[in-house]
Parts: sequence; C-alpha cells; structure tokens
Amino acid sequence: MAIRERLSGNEAMAVAMRQINPDVVAAFPITPSTEIPQYFSQFVANGEVDTEFVAVESEHSAMSACIGAAAAGGRAMTATSANGLALMWEMLYIAASSRLPITMACVNRALSGPINIHNDHSDSMGARDSGWIQLYSENNQEAYDNFIQALRIGEHDDIMLPVMVCQDGFITSHAVENIELLEDDKVKSFIGEYEPDHYMLNSKEPIGVGPLDLPAYYFEHKRQQAEAMKNSKKIILEVAREFEKLTGRKYDLFEEYKLNDAEIALVIINSTAGTAKTVVDKLRANGVKAGLLKIRVFRPFPAEEIANALKHIKALAVMDKAESFSAVGGPLFAEIKSTLYGTADGIKIVNYIYGLGGRDVKADDIETVYSQLSDISKTGNIGETYRYIGVRQ
Amino acid sequence: MRNKNTKPMTPDVKWKEITPGGMIFDAGNAEDFKTGDWRAMKPIWIIEKCTQCMLCPPTCPDMSIPVKDSKRLDYDYDHCKGCGVCVEVCPFDAITFVKEED
Repeated sequence: MAIRERLSGNEAMAVAMRQINPDVVAAFPITPSTEIPQYFSQFVANGEVDTEFVAVESEHSAMSACIGAAAAGGRAMTATSANGLALMWEMLYIAASSRLPITMACVNRALSGPINIHNDHSDSMGARDSGWIQLYSENNQEAYDNFIQALRIGEHDDIMLPVMVCQDGFITSHAVENIELLEDDKVKSFIGEYEPDHYMLNSKEPIGVGPLDLPAYYFEHKRQQAEAMKNSKKIILEVAREFEKLTGRKYDLFEEYKLNDAEIALVIINSTAGTAKTVVDKLRANGVKAGLLKIRVFRPFPAEEIANALKHIKALAVMDKAESFSAVGGPLFAEIKSTLYGTADGIKIVNYIYGLGGRDVKADDIETVYSQLSDISKTGNIGETYRYIGVRQ
Repeated sequence: MRNKNTKPMTPDVKWKEITPGGMIFDAGNAEDFKTGDWRAMKPIWIIEKCTQCMLCPPTCPDMSIPVKDSKRLDYDYDHCKGCGVCVEVCPFDAITFVKEED
C-alpha cells in the first residue's frame, strides 16, 4: 500500500533522496532549493541513510564533487536553483560529456539580475543545451515521481547522462500538498543497484576519466553524446511504463489535457499548467474547445510526438516563463515553432512571456491568452507573435 | 551507451566505437601521442662534440633524449617538441638549434 502523506515539493524530493540512499550528496544552500539538502542532512545525522554528505563551499564545488563521486563509481546527487545552477555551468557540461549519470533537483528560480529569489524558468532554460536530460514537474507528486525515475533513465546502458528534475520554486517547492509515496523497499527495488562497467575505484582496471580531447577525438565524442540523448526518449518511456505498473501514475514525454479535439491550445511547463487546466475546464463548460500540452521532457525535445499531438490545433500559444533575449521569443517558443515547421505549418502560433521573477499568473491571465487565441482563430490575424502577459504596459 | 569498448583510441576511431566521455583504459598512452609535429625549432645532436656529461637528458620535459648504458642517444623526434632547453644547458655546444623543415 502506498503511503499517503502531505509534503512540500522540497520535502518530497528530499524524501525521494532518502529512499534512494545515494552514495554521495554534495550541495550548497540556495533559495528556494535549500530545504532539500537541509532535510537530507537531517536524514544523514539521524543515520537514516548511508550517504556521504559533502557540505561544499560553492555550487561549482558541489557539481565537481558529484562528478568525482560518479566517476569513482557512486550514485551522486545535488540540489540547486538559479545562480547556484549558473555557478555550476562549467561542470554541468563536464558531467554530461563525461557521461556521468548524476541526478539533480533543480528548483526553478529567476536568474539574476536584477537579483530575485522567486520562480521562473530562466535558470534551467539557460542550461538546456548543457547535455543534461531535463524533466519538469507540475506539482509535488510529479517532482517526487520524476526524481525516482530520473536515476533509471540516466543510469541506463544506452544513456549514461545526468538528469535534472525541475519544479517551480516556492509555488510547488514550499507548498504542502497531499502526496502518495512509495514504500522504501519498493523504491529500492525499482532503482536497483548502480553497477557501472568502469569506475575509478576499481583497482583491477585503472582508468582515466575526463582527459584532454583534441581535434582528432572531440567531435566523435560529441556525436556519441548526441546519440545518447536521442536514445533517451525511448528509455524515458520505458521507465515511465514500469513506474506506472508500480504506482498507477502514468507519465509520458508530455501531458495532453483535453487536447484531442481542441481548436485552441497552450504549450506550458511546470506549475502554471495546473492553473491553465482549471481555465480549460471553465472554457470547456462554456463550449470553447480549449486544451493544453504540458511539457514533461524538455531535453531530449520530443519534437515528432509534439508535432503529432498539435497538428489539428488552429491557434496555439507557447508559454515561456523565461526570456531568451533572442529578440524573437522565449526558448520553448523557438523549439515548438521549429518542431511545427514543415510538419504542421497551418497553425497560428504566438508566444507569451509570463510570470518572470515570480510575477503571479492568475486564471484570468490564462483566460486572456485563450481569448486572444480565439480571436486569432476566428480572424486568422496573428499580429505580434512575441507577446507578454502580466507585465504592466 | 555504456562503455563496451576499452581499446586504445586512435585517430581513425569512429564515433560509435570511441570510448564514451574519452575514458582511457591503457596506462602510459602519452607515448602514442606524437607531439613531435608541434616542433618549430629542432635540436641537432653533434656527436663529435658530445662528452656524454649527462646534463641534457634530465632537463628534457618530454623524455625525448633516450639514455642507454649511461650514454645519451639521438633524439626521439616523435615526441621532442623543440623547446630548446637541452640546447641551453649543453656546456660544449654539442647541440645546435635549427629551424624545422616541413
């Protein structure tokens, strides 16, 4: 029987970490992810886990310690947010290119500056091309479930890549919700033992990790790394199916909410999907054919599947909780637009930047977006594609 | 893509066969890396002037002055990068330094 609990998103991830009982957790506190290593260090102090907890002096060191631990052959984890993730930047790439399946709880927060501690997605969106698999979570349950699945994905033979599990800072990280936890032994058997083929603490096979990779080799390594990311889509689905058998909770590359027969739709990430679902229900009650697509897996980007799910939509709004300063729209917009190019060219598609720096996004805001989509759908006039919702005009 | 291949990497290795992350399984593989083609200047050993004083071999950062039976041999040009330290250290002008020809 699953355990019914009420936990904050951070607590849920910390509990997942406890149940996983990794070899090493190296972390540095940064709002709003601080609670994760805080709770976890209590588990360590209480003797509930066997983990070596490394209280490092910076996030650069946190990721470096995880890299060392993973290269040595251990399961390594960390948690961070915003500027902490930014300070890890160099090491994020090294973790991924060294093919070390580290797991990270990324509690999304606006990246400075100006300095701000509240939620948007500018931190993890900036790291989208670092070679990490990225899973996003609408609520505490998804943050917990994704975190447990992350290990199986990253450590898979065909993948060997680090995985970042993202949830919205404060909105879900600090909000207490009802949650269903797995029993410790079930988590243990689901994740299994991590047995890397090659690791630095193996005295029978001395190896070198992370060597100088000059022009004769670097390109081949990058090509191989890209292949692992391509392979991961299939494995993410396999792990999700196995997880569903265990929990009854279904996961996919993305979630379709009343999308089947929808004429207008949003593409959205993380907690605001919950707000948008309420709006969809209200619009549906009024006969409006509204739907939404919530991204779970952003890296690898499930382009083909998304194009297929959206191809019948008349007007589509891509919701970006991050600026990209490309001067043409946010990062999700760029992905979705390129996905639909040549596959579903008839869709009228606009971008909304929303909720930056923790600006509240209310049901009314989402309703405004749907109403503008209805107008686009009726008139066929797109107008400006690079839009904002919730900024004072 | 777990690491099934533990063979030494050579410049003709294809992307499917290369060791993931560049993991290295053989010790002492720096020898396989021919750094001699970095050379712009080349030291030339003048055997007639050499007294075998043994000052030059330990100064070489690339161990490119082989020593056998307490005597130095000619350069290992596969690995000599042409830094010229040996030229400087020789008290007998037994090493000249010339421009590397293509």
